[in-house]
Amino acid sequence: MSGVATGEAAAPAARERGAVAEFLRRMALGEYGTLRVLLGIAVIWTIFQIANDRFLTAINLSNLILQITAVATISIGVVLILLLGEIDLSVAAVSGLAAGVMAVLNVKEGWAPELAILAGLATGAAIGLFNGFMVTTFGIPSFVVTLAGLLAWQGALLAVLGDTGTVNLPDNLITDLTTTFFSQELGWAVAAVVIAAYTATVIRERRLREKAGLETGALGAAVAKTAVVAAAMIAAVAILNEDRGVPLAAVIMLSLMAIFSFITKRTRYGRHIFAVGGNAEAARRAGISTKWVRITVFTLGSTLAAAGGILAASRLLAVNQSSGGSDLLLLAIAGPVIAGTSLFGGRGFVWSALLGALVIGSISNGMDLLALSSDIKFMITGAVLLLAVTIDAATRLRRQTGTT
Amino acid sequence: MNGTQSQQAATERTPANSPLLALKGVSKSFGPVEALKDVDFELGAGEVVGLVGDNGAGKSTLIKAISGVQPADEGEAYFEGNRVTLNTPQAAYRLGIATVYQDLALCENLDVVQNLYLGQEVGNHIPGLDLLDEPSMEHRTLELLDSLGVTTIRSVRTEVAQLSGGQRQAVAIARSLLGEPRLVLLDEPTAALGVVQTREILKLVQRLRERGLGVVVISHNLANVFRVADRIVVLRLGRVAAVLDADETNREQVVGAITGAEFGQEDVARTTEEHAL
Repeated sequence: MSGVATGEAAAPAARERGAVAEFLRRMALGEYGTLRVLLGIAVIWTIFQIANDRFLTAINLSNLILQITAVATISIGVVLILLLGEIDLSVAAVSGLAAGVMAVLNVKEGWAPELAILAGLATGAAIGLFNGFMVTTFGIPSFVVTLAGLLAWQGALLAVLGDTGTVNLPDNLITDLTTTFFSQELGWAVAAVVIAAYTATVIRERRLREKAGLETGALGAAVAKTAVVAAAMIAAVAILNEDRGVPLAAVIMLSLMAIFSFITKRTRYGRHIFAVGGNAEAARRAGISTKWVRITVFTLGSTLAAAGGILAASRLLAVNQSSGGSDLLLLAIAGPVIAGTSLFGGRGFVWSALLGALVIGSISNGMDLLALSSDIKFMITGAVLLLAVTIDAATRLRRQTGTT
Repeated sequence: MNGTQSQQAATERTPANSPLLALKGVSKSFGPVEALKDVDFELGAGEVVGLVGDNGAGKSTLIKAISGVQPADEGEAYFEGNRVTLNTPQAAYRLGIATVYQDLALCENLDVVQNLYLGQEVGNHIPGLDLLDEPSMEHRTLELLDSLGVTTIRSVRTEVAQLSGGQRQAVAIARSLLGEPRLVLLDEPTAALGVVQTREILKLVQRLRERGLGVVVISHNLANVFRVADRIVVLRLGRVAAVLDADETNREQVVGAITGAEFGQEDVARTTEEHAL
């Protein structure tokens, strides 16, 4: 550390140049992980578009969004739990069980779809509460508690489904979740609201910082960031409208992302999640109830897993014995990690759930378009996971040695 | 020159009517082990006391008794002349006693502002929502660090993981000041630091004194204690072995009191006795 004062006295031109250099330096140190993931997605999309020109069509991108909603929703909960420095290996099994409970209550017991959905979510919440209780009260590592859960809740799903093994969902609110598409106008209205809300937030933030007499950062950067978000929203709605329109499921997923991103970054509770994940002892001494934070986060995590399971069932139009099985667990955890959420706690962001799901979903979708066989698909997916995490580890190493 | 004289000098220096903190006859046992035995301790406002002693001499036990983490079994505590009980960390905190432990208790993944306000975040209380007021916290962090003369932290939005040991210590000390304490306990503040950073932290301790705070510094490093302390309290085997005026004593004398060897057992025993009186 040089100790040289920066800023105030420097000429504007020098400051601009400094800002660019600072940007590049921080990029190399892996601080703009999001940008790196977006670049990665661009590369993946380009490759698949060259391999098959149907990849970047409106219908395929629309399908891609629908394919990733369930796993991205589960991953939101995974992010929260990873932020704590814990892990939940039972999220996929819980998503299957919650969907099973919902389907059986709705179809076999004749519950209203709304109530059945709530019961599914409550199942997830109850399991999360149990996990949190076991971890905090008995000090059992979450790895072990949820590994046991992984097996037990799969068994519970089989028991709930009974002899038939499959419950098909009739045409009702549950299936509507993933088969409803907004009209063109409503789609644009959603985009307008999102862009307006984002812009308002950025402006309000700058005003508040100005009022407190703090540096506000370059105006150009803020404008550019807002423009990128607006352009992405407009492009997404334009593409989705060209196909069937903006899917309700995507709006649900994005709303959950926005809500939990807000909670983690802007509220006291969210700050405490990061604190517990960073240094639980320090958090405890600062007067934070680490037990309360842990239990609630496990509960939220499993509830979000249940929500993801319900979306998956809605898209499949059924719940069967393999719901929540296969590689769902791996993908739900790998997604956020690829996009920059640490496995070791305290570092990450909610939107990594979406970015990671986009990376994995794009690869899987693209390989399906190319009609690759399972052997190749598994190996390529594995290689991409390793590559992404290696890049992350390499930048982190550079960060540790690059500054003192 | 011996311990008795300097002890008298020290007594004269301290305003007898209202020391910030006074402990009388404090004892603490862990089972059969007497960690503190009949310890008297005084600290004035704007005074820095160096607390030294060998491992197991009772330094940490005394700090924990003052900070309420491990209340003493016996003895009386007076804060500004009023009898107080220091039986919980909250009670000590309410009196204005802040402690910076050796491990600093910082979250490396959070930035300077977030660490400073950890557990006492400033928020806008909308019912049902506890929103953080980042601009106020950042503004007050900058003010506080500025008033402490901490200039080496380039951005208060830097993750603590990227700060040096000295910067972390400065952040931890700054955090302890948020509650407007009257007395700050520093446990080995320079233990893991290099020469330059140690100098920065010692300067910071002097700023605390200028602010009128009472400061207790535990340290193994006698050179640092001499550079910053007004008085040196030596503990040995749970007793006060000597109370020395930093200006009028020397390294050999302090080491002698710590080990109980240099001047022979007799000399140290006499110092202890007289202090107990």
